[in-house]
Amino acid sequence: MTAIQNKARNPIAHLSAEDIEIIGKELDAIRDRVIAERGERDARYIRKVIKTQRTLEISSRAVLLFSLFPPAWILGTAGLAVAKILDNMEIGHNVLHGQWDWMRDPKIHSTTWDWDHVSPADQWKHSHNELHHRYTNVLGKDNDLGYGIMRVDEDQPWSKGHLGQPFYNLLNACFFEYGIAAYDLELGQNLKNGGHKTPEFRARARAVGRKIRRQVLKDYIVHPLLSGPSFLTTLAATFTANLIRNVWSHSVIMCGHFPSGVETFEKTSIEGETKGEWYLRQMLGSANISGSRLLHIMAGNLSHQIEHHLFPDLPSNRYREIAPEVRALFDRYGLKYTTGSLPKQVASAWWKVIRLSFPNRRRKNADSVTPALVSAGA
Amino acid sequence: MTTTVRPKASFRHRLLRLAETVTTPVLPGDYLDMVAPLRAGAALRGRIVAVRAETRDAATVVIQPGRGWRGHQPGQYVRLGVDVDGVRQWRAYSITSVPGATDRHIAITVKAIPDGKVSNHLVRHIRPGTLVQLDQAQGDFVLPDTTPERVLFLTAGSGITPVMGMLRAGLPARADVVLVHSAPTRDDVIFGAELRALAERGALRLIERHTDTDGQLGVPELDDLVPDHAERQTWACGPVGLLDAVEAHWAARGIADRLHTERFRPTVISAGDGGTVTFTRADVTIEADGATPILDAGENAGVLMPSGCRMGICFGCVVPLRQGAVRDLRNGDLTTAVPGDGVLIQTCVSAAAGTCDIEL
Repeated sequence: MTAIQNKARNPIAHLSAEDIEIIGKELDAIRDRVIAERGERDARYIRKVIKTQRTLEISSRAVLLFSLFPPAWILGTAGLAVAKILDNMEIGHNVLHGQWDWMRDPKIHSTTWDWDHVSPADQWKHSHNELHHRYTNVLGKDNDLGYGIMRVDEDQPWSKGHLGQPFYNLLNACFFEYGIAAYDLELGQNLKNGGHKTPEFRARARAVGRKIRRQVLKDYIVHPLLSGPSFLTTLAATFTANLIRNVWSHSVIMCGHFPSGVETFEKTSIEGETKGEWYLRQMLGSANISGSRLLHIMAGNLSHQIEHHLFPDLPSNRYREIAPEVRALFDRYGLKYTTGSLPKQVASAWWKVIRLSFPNRRRKNADSVTPALVSAGA
Repeated sequence: MTTTVRPKASFRHRLLRLAETVTTPVLPGDYLDMVAPLRAGAALRGRIVAVRAETRDAATVVIQPGRGWRGHQPGQYVRLGVDVDGVRQWRAYSITSVPGATDRHIAITVKAIPDGKVSNHLVRHIRPGTLVQLDQAQGDFVLPDTTPERVLFLTAGSGITPVMGMLRAGLPARADVVLVHSAPTRDDVIFGAELRALAERGALRLIERHTDTDGQLGVPELDDLVPDHAERQTWACGPVGLLDAVEAHWAARGIADRLHTERFRPTVISAGDGGTVTFTRADVTIEADGATPILDAGENAGVLMPSGCRMGICFGCVVPLRQGAVRDLRNGDLTTAVPGDGVLIQTCVSAAAGTCDIEL
């Protein structure tokens, strides 16, 4: 992947400024229609998912009280892992996006929700909703590109430290929730520039500490203690459930912007960006995962990453429904709708992480700079 | 020696804290809500028990309130949070049942108004078994501690509902009651059969005014209809036009202290100019027009707005205006705040009159 402006074949060179604005209007129309339709069916959906998650979580934890018996361990661990995945993905991520704020239910609202995660909801909302969704795939602006530690684009400079990135990525997958907390704190940068000494950073770090304490107390102390003789096996079970949740979330999220086919953008390309150009950047900067309805729910519908990035605040159950229409729009304007099965997309993303841990072999067509978005939109 | 901690409460408290460490980030109550939404200690809710048609466009909704319900006085209203098309809507309705019913049920009576989202839903669509959100009963449209000897009720349409609560609670046995009630036709009189039965028994004097045939009641007509109305304690409830005329009449006779009124909707006198409203904590910015209360505008944008009676009397919706200007929709008064201020405004009767920052 190379920033779209530096590519030999610019994938949007065939679009005129009017085309881009018309694409924007068509997408606005899809959005307006969903907002007009959204209602009781959607409300029933999210309440059902929340109820399922809570029932699953509490019954899995009850089963784990007897985790000394292997069948109970397996059943309880699997159930808890699924419950944690539902909590983070289909419920937490989407509620915190404000997808369900329209229901005016204070119990299911982006300003009151908290999740089974070590990153406090408000810090995650800032780094994810305000930064990542605004600067999607803009080099030097969107820290989700490699989470600030990895090199996932040819246009990011290489250094020796990147040789270890396949290992960091694996470590990040296993402890993903901690990775996200550190990322939301901008820990690396703050340690480097002394920002960690400011009272504001300290307050945020304390909030993370409180979240970690509560999570650890629940999963690794109280629940095992309540299990009595099953203390150690329950401890292993909650650790395993967290591990499964972390690796799963990491895999799904890696598929959103890393697989091949996804475009990145130069910082200059978003200066004076129009609504149509913003939509276009989201269209080309995201990748979907194809699969069953169950896969979509377990992925928090981030398997519809393209639809999610176009409309971050529409209810997640709607992404699957509008996907055919969105895809038809891509086809009509000759744009690449990047999608593939989960194994294929995970492999593609991992391959990029491994490949880019080494320096670029050669700079392809370094002279043919086409400032595509800027010229098309001007 | 004084004891400050009762062992029982402390044990319960510790158990709750322990439960919280297991259920974090949600609360133990969130799990209990799944099986016992009406339990003591839960947010106040109610379950719809029955819906009975009263007229072609009015129905009585019987509700089993949660254990936290503290009862009501006849004439008071209850705020109901109902999910209509998936969106929670809060409205206030007069309670028409008698306090302290043995089954602990309460009843509200609702008239479907044209384009009324919530009233139409309650009258035509809501099903027994549905959960609704409740608030404790409130309102001061109630009888005083010592029952007056002579009472006049002046009502129109659904304005009969708070009065019915008083009549059912046995007022006619304690006082000389006259009821002047207006409705379009005989069939449109909510509780028509029950009121006529009371009148036949001689429990009250009922004057029905069917406005489709007889025209609107002119307040001066009271001189003939109820010659002693000036000496009676009067409770009036109905549309804005009636109440305005009644208030003017009683004020002109210098007996305003004998008049009690209940309004269901604020009187809109003057619209603001509209403007950009920012809810600073929710980080939401909207364009609000000069006729829409900031409460409605915020709710439509998905902001969790505190709300109450929605007619400017209960102060349940008050939030600080950090800077900007709002206009009171009832009287056109302008309220302004400069940066650093925290002027408390009632969002249900205030519209934007310029750029506003609201701390919410």
